[in-house]
Amino acid sequence: MHNPEKKSGLIKSSEITDRDIFRNRRAIIKASMALGGGAIAAGSIAGGLAMANTETGAGGDNGFQATDELTAKETATSYNNFYELGTDKGDPLRYANRLVTEPWSVVIDGECDKPGTYTLEDILKPHPTEERIYRLRCVEAWSMVIPWNGFSLADLLKRFEPRSTAKYVAFETILDPDRLPGQRSRVLDWPYREGLRMDEAMHPLTMIATGMYGETIPNQNGAPLRLVVPWKYGYKSIKSIVRISFTETQPPTSWNMSAPHEYGFFSNVNPGVSHPRWSQAKERRLAGKTKGVSSLFAPKIETQLLNGYADQVASLYEGMDLKKFY
Amino acid sequence: MALLVQQVQTGNAGANPIEFVEQSTGEWTLRFLLLSLAATPVAQILKSAWPIRLRRMVGLYAFFYATAHLLAYLVLDQYLNWRDVLADLAEKPFIVAGFLSFLIMLPLAVTSNRLAVKRLGKRWKDIHNWVYFAAVSALLHYVWLAKGDRIEPLIYLLVLLFLLAYRLTRLLGSSSR
Repeated sequence: MHNPEKKSGLIKSSEITDRDIFRNRRAIIKASMALGGGAIAAGSIAGGLAMANTETGAGGDNGFQATDELTAKETATSYNNFYELGTDKGDPLRYANRLVTEPWSVVIDGECDKPGTYTLEDILKPHPTEERIYRLRCVEAWSMVIPWNGFSLADLLKRFEPRSTAKYVAFETILDPDRLPGQRSRVLDWPYREGLRMDEAMHPLTMIATGMYGETIPNQNGAPLRLVVPWKYGYKSIKSIVRISFTETQPPTSWNMSAPHEYGFFSNVNPGVSHPRWSQAKERRLAGKTKGVSSLFAPKIETQLLNGYADQVASLYEGMDLKKFY
Repeated sequence: MALLVQQVQTGNAGANPIEFVEQSTGEWTLRFLLLSLAATPVAQILKSAWPIRLRRMVGLYAFFYATAHLLAYLVLDQYLNWRDVLADLAEKPFIVAGFLSFLIMLPLAVTSNRLAVKRLGKRWKDIHNWVYFAAVSALLHYVWLAKGDRIEPLIYLLVLLFLLAYRLTRLLGSSSR
């Protein structure tokens, strides 16, 4: 893949400030809710801060709290793409116990001053978790709305003191072919790999999830810790992470390695860039009824540029042709 | 088909029932198509006529599921949005292959009755040999749409190639005699 026009650079102080503002806004809204003002108060504050984005359904919380109807927990935990456990949507739940998450450690390496092997406890301990409701858009043209529990990836990455040479962050999923049934077949070149440009990784919306629906994240959804990048196709949100590397050059990523013309490095949700098998203009929202004949009659919905998070993340790609860098 | 409806009714069709209906009707179409192609070889091997007698019914089952599959795509998936259907046809060869397979099967189903067999005489066999093209097209449709895991489509493809090879060797064998 080509090098993107926009240089990745370091964490700019402005980005950190932005994040604090996001937080404050969240705090204000939460406080108003607590005071009993409810939705009306929250709405007016959001409107006053001119950040409500009703058109995309992004809600008045800078993308952190989607207002779309939630996907049922049973749906989100039984219809999964986690090829390590099998390629059928039901396989991840069926073989969930093949994924052994204890003990768990994460290797941190590459362009940073605090590399090493960290236990799961070391990784998670300093980070209070919060609930964020994100839309999840799969490249297969279906989508869900999921309440995740976790924290911003940036908070974790900063602890390892990335150097100025760190332009990208690479992630790897656990490799355990003896136990994971899917890793015995050559569907993909294992281990599963993903990557983000540094500024994408440092964006406040990019999160590490350790739970969903207020509970510990189930194995089939990527226990014990996974990435969630809501404006990219689902396969970028790598599951069951065992390695995080800071790299100078763009790291190889699994689906891009498997079919480079179909899956780009960026993989931003884009209704204007069609995939050979799935038109990306629309999506089937898996939220409501999944039972009974009436569940068969529901139109698809329009897919939003950057999955409705354009207000938050479009600036990352200023000057970049997103049709070329898909 | 009754089982399919029951699975949807009870929620056993999973989180994406529309995809479930599309996939299962498509798979049953392929199974019956291949089964109908297997009738002649099986009859020859067993030296018995009963597979030939079942062939028409099996072929009509294939057409029935193909129709259900097409309707599932048009009504449930695309919600009769013709612009989206046309865009799909223009962009995706696997959709074209699927349509083509159905269009080939349509006249075969129509001419499957006794009257048509009588009226068409020798031409009936020529027309019904098109079933091979329907099967190849249907298999292309399936192989092309597979994402990373191509094992299942390839198994179907292997069965089809085996059946075609069997015919071809018989054909060559009989012409050289």
